[in-house]
Amino acid sequence: MKNENLYNYILGIADNNLILGQRLGELCGHGPSLETDIACTNISLDLLGQVRSYYQYASKLKGDNVTEDSIAFLRKEKEYVNVLLVEQPNTDFAYTIVRQFLFDIYNNLFLEELQKSHDITLVAIAKKSIKEVSYHRRFSSDWVKRLGDGTKESNLKVQEAVDNLWTYTDELFHLTDADKAMVKEGIGVDVTVLKSKYYKIVNTLLTEANIVIPDSKWFQKGGKEGIHTEHMGYLLNDMQFMQRTYPNMEW
Amino acid sequence: MVATAQNIDERLSLILEKVSDPEIPVLSIMDMGVVRSAIIEEGIALIQITPTYSGCPAMDVIGDDIKKALFEANYKSEVELILAPAWTTDWITPKGRRMLEEYGIAAPLDEEADKSVLLGGKQLVKCTNCGSKNTRMVSQFGSTACKAQFQCNECLEPFDYFKCLK
Repeated sequence: MKNENLYNYILGIADNNLILGQRLGELCGHGPSLETDIACTNISLDLLGQVRSYYQYASKLKGDNVTEDSIAFLRKEKEYVNVLLVEQPNTDFAYTIVRQFLFDIYNNLFLEELQKSHDITLVAIAKKSIKEVSYHRRFSSDWVKRLGDGTKESNLKVQEAVDNLWTYTDELFHLTDADKAMVKEGIGVDVTVLKSKYYKIVNTLLTEANIVIPDSKWFQKGGKEGIHTEHMGYLLNDMQFMQRTYPNMEW
Repeated sequence: MVATAQNIDERLSLILEKVSDPEIPVLSIMDMGVVRSAIIEEGIALIQITPTYSGCPAMDVIGDDIKKALFEANYKSEVELILAPAWTTDWITPKGRRMLEEYGIAAPLDEEADKSVLLGGKQLVKCTNCGSKNTRMVSQFGSTACKAQFQCNECLEPFDYFKCLK
């Protein structure tokens, strides 16, 4: 395939959306309140809508019999290149919100840059997505502050979630080979330059929320190379079950 | 502000006026501003539509409804989904805004007002039931991707607010 790097680059963006969308979808009917339940599933819907645009584009590049559905549902675990952060389980509402917050801040910065890409399709998707993602960021930032600056108990829970998810933040700023190739061509975003801005925003918001910034310098990585945490297999099992059991089924 | 729609063939616009958004049935897709172009080329109606939100599940249905309406008017048609330029609430026509209000959905304010409202600032959204501006946001996310949930403090009526998207 001629555009192997571009194909892999698109998956690198879109897989984050798909897996986070799946995680949020798990809350459908299980959110802590009706409003937050609806909010999480709305965010999930936005992310999955964006995924469709990315995968449709990727499937055109790949040709053969590849479709947006086969990309979403029929790959093996090691072929998914999402960051480890997004596959972490919902655990409780604090984890769900902190995971969302840590991703949303990144996603906004990333999409701002992607709008400057030389690839017109990616620019179109970025321009569409960022409008939606700015609402996500508002929602998750608001809740981090509300819970962090809330009761002793809610503060404790957010602190615990931040302490445990912090280790997955650094990976957001790693460049894969496909990333590097695409940055060189003016198509991809050099995420390494977003890092200092990201931590500045995150640290400011967490401080406002009375959360102590973890000082650990040890970070987990691997998702972008297809090496996932123990949670990923279960997530895929759930997500892929219907297509694996009844191949090509449709609604 | 961008023109509501470009390149719409008159003959097609009459047909498309009758296709509605399945989630807001009072609103035609023309008033919604999702039809970006509708032309006839070599006897085939070529329609371009753009989604309000990426994940809007109504788009597939809208595409099918367009094909059905054109088929009934004896047109062969092709419907294409385009992403750029991205849809904005500015493209909802004045008639569309009126229809929204009558249906019980508060029409979007401008971007600054929207931010202020969603961040719990000034009360600017009018209750669709009693008209009072003494309203509060219950949730930034509502029954569909494009709406937020509000409640009136005067008459207590819960209602949808169409989020501003620019």
